[in-house]
Amino acid sequence: MSVPAPGLDEIRRAAEPFPKRHFLSVTDLDPPQVVGLLDLADQFVALNRQTNKKIDLLKGRTLINLFFEASTRTQSSFELAGKRLGADVINMSPRSSSITKGETLVDTAVTLNAMQPDILIVRHAASGAASLLSQKVDCSVVNAGDGQHEHPSQALLDMLSLRRAFGHVDGLTVAICGDVLHSRVARSNVALLNMMGARVRLVGPATLMPAEVARWGVEVAHDLKSGIAGADVVMMLRIQFERMQGALVPSTREYFRLWGLDREKLAFAAPGARVMHPGPMNRGVEIDSDVADDLSVSLIQDQVEMGVAVRMAILASIAARLENR
Amino acid sequence: MSPPPLAFVGARIVDPASAYDGPGCLLISEGRIAAVTHEAAPPGLPEGARVVEARGAMVCPGLVDLRVKTGEPGAEPKETLKSAARAAAAGGVTTMVVMPDTDPTIDDPSVVDFILRRARDIELGHVFPAGAATKGCHGKALAEIGLMREAGCVFVCDADRPIVDSRVMRRLLAYAGGLGVMVAHRPADPWLTEGAAANESEFAGRLGLPSEPAAAETIMLERDIALLALTAETGARLMVDQVSAAGALQSLARAKDMGLPIRATASINHLTFNELDIGDYRTFWKLTPPLRGEADRLALVEAVASGLVDIIVSAHAPAPAEDKRLPFQEATPGAVGLETLLPAMLTLHHEGQAPLIRLITAATLAPARAIGRDCGRLTVGAPADVILVDIDAPRILDAQDLISKSKNSAFDGRRLQGRVLMTVVDGRIVHEVAG
Repeated sequence: MSVPAPGLDEIRRAAEPFPKRHFLSVTDLDPPQVVGLLDLADQFVALNRQTNKKIDLLKGRTLINLFFEASTRTQSSFELAGKRLGADVINMSPRSSSITKGETLVDTAVTLNAMQPDILIVRHAASGAASLLSQKVDCSVVNAGDGQHEHPSQALLDMLSLRRAFGHVDGLTVAICGDVLHSRVARSNVALLNMMGARVRLVGPATLMPAEVARWGVEVAHDLKSGIAGADVVMMLRIQFERMQGALVPSTREYFRLWGLDREKLAFAAPGARVMHPGPMNRGVEIDSDVADDLSVSLIQDQVEMGVAVRMAILASIAARLENR
Repeated sequence: MSPPPLAFVGARIVDPASAYDGPGCLLISEGRIAAVTHEAAPPGLPEGARVVEARGAMVCPGLVDLRVKTGEPGAEPKETLKSAARAAAAGGVTTMVVMPDTDPTIDDPSVVDFILRRARDIELGHVFPAGAATKGCHGKALAEIGLMREAGCVFVCDADRPIVDSRVMRRLLAYAGGLGVMVAHRPADPWLTEGAAANESEFAGRLGLPSEPAAAETIMLERDIALLALTAETGARLMVDQVSAAGALQSLARAKDMGLPIRATASINHLTFNELDIGDYRTFWKLTPPLRGEADRLALVEAVASGLVDIIVSAHAPAPAEDKRLPFQEATPGAVGLETLLPAMLTLHHEGQAPLIRLITAATLAPARAIGRDCGRLTVGAPADVILVDIDAPRILDAQDLISKSKNSAFDGRRLQGRVLMTVVDGRIVHEVAG
């Protein structure tokens, strides 16, 4: 028989009901709610380091991972989070099944909804897809990435990693670098970091910046060295190979030379600066392995660990407001 | 047999042709306007005339809508010519021009003839087809413009598709111009607009939507104006389809100052809404061109008020739920508009955004002139296409109440003012509100 992990009752008490039925955007939260979720996630980090990682907060609940777009880390992270909380979890990747038979996104969601799941975790290639689904189902919907719009759980896990590394987020200067235009991670992080008092800079080629981005409440730089000068955190974004064939950036080698992060460029950041990446990384394109693998500067492994804990906090919090239908 | 004479007494007469807006009576006989007086008291009435007490309601020409899509032929579940004609009658639209991008495309005289015959059988209003400018609306080879003109098309265009090849556009303007046929074209740079679902701005950037800059419209319009200048001596005439951006209005003003034969339309949607109406990815507000910023909308309203933009269209584009209940970037663009065109125009008037006579002119006389019809005026001898409208009646629109087969209205839930009480086509009452 296993020994119960310490503090389970404390965790149960700390799991405050989520403010809304769905979690679609970081703007669904206010600063005290963010702090509450991060505090709860901290407890799950401790729990996850025990041999018995289970707690029964989602016992009897059904959670469906509905991933229209391929994902390894986010999908497994939500799956583990659900299982550690005691939920029944199934994974669906409708790319290969009904969608190709002409069934629409909404049809799929309505079908799944009829099976009475409690929480639907959705990733889709179109911006606004999670919002659309949330209007058509009566379970809770968690946005696990919608097109180029938002990836709110990623922003929360990044914030937890930062808070644990620096002890605070308020007042940090965070440079988000690379393909901001196509990045939902950047959009969620800009909104959340601004909300929590960090100073945000966006750095990258002008072709990879959204229109009128300076009005997002950020500083914008097109040169990596000056853009990360004095920054406490350098968050690199993934860039897709197709975008470096001349359409937006001339070549991979020019991209790495100008916007790839290596030791030399990192030296321009503040002393003790930490490096982040949402993954999966293109080594030698946006980030040099030498930097990515140096655990004294890289938070990339922490981000993955915090991912499971943050998602447990989100699910536990949403479950705390679920009622019988 | 012609219908019995009809007299509107005690009306507010609004006539774009004489720029009259005041009390009066209107008499219709033998399908034509027989008399117009500027006194509230009725003139001598012929035997058997039906007398309608207007009680101050507006009598004006029926609307002429130059941009209507139906699903006929090829996509009848969306909308048929008949369902569109019913919607038009209820909305006070007495003449509509249907777009050629059907299946099959209206790019040869037999399809033009098909539309005209179907419309004649429906008998609810006048329907004319716009012919395709190029075969299949593909922008490559000229369609049979001369034969379609003989069959009865009123202008040519490729509907939503920009004609990318400048040489094709030049030849189109010249060839159609030589035949006396007007060309309509929606200016949009194909590369800047490729894949776009919204107007490029801070707002679309935050929503993560692929977007097009307003400059895409200006760039193509400048090309069209240069080509129009090149072909003007052939008799070329251009109608700019759905101007949406302030930049393009400057180009338009310059072309008009040069004396080029150019006119422009604006859709009622772009006069009413701006990009923020997309809100939380609401696909009924996904339009082509996309809704622009508020500064653009204000400039567009101002251009209608000044006459720089000549014509208001409904841009009626039915889309069934399955084409709209999709993520924003995958949804079909367009909104229905035949039944909301007039109340939305009147709402602009009530809000003090544009004068009533200008709005009515832009939806009656100006479009009628553009297609060479003698309707759109309350002149003795003109066809009796007339509507009676309570311009004040308030209404909160419920899209489910619309007659159109598709319910994708951008005005769903919106407060509007104005209600069509009666629609008369060639002296026949085709729509009447009981009581």
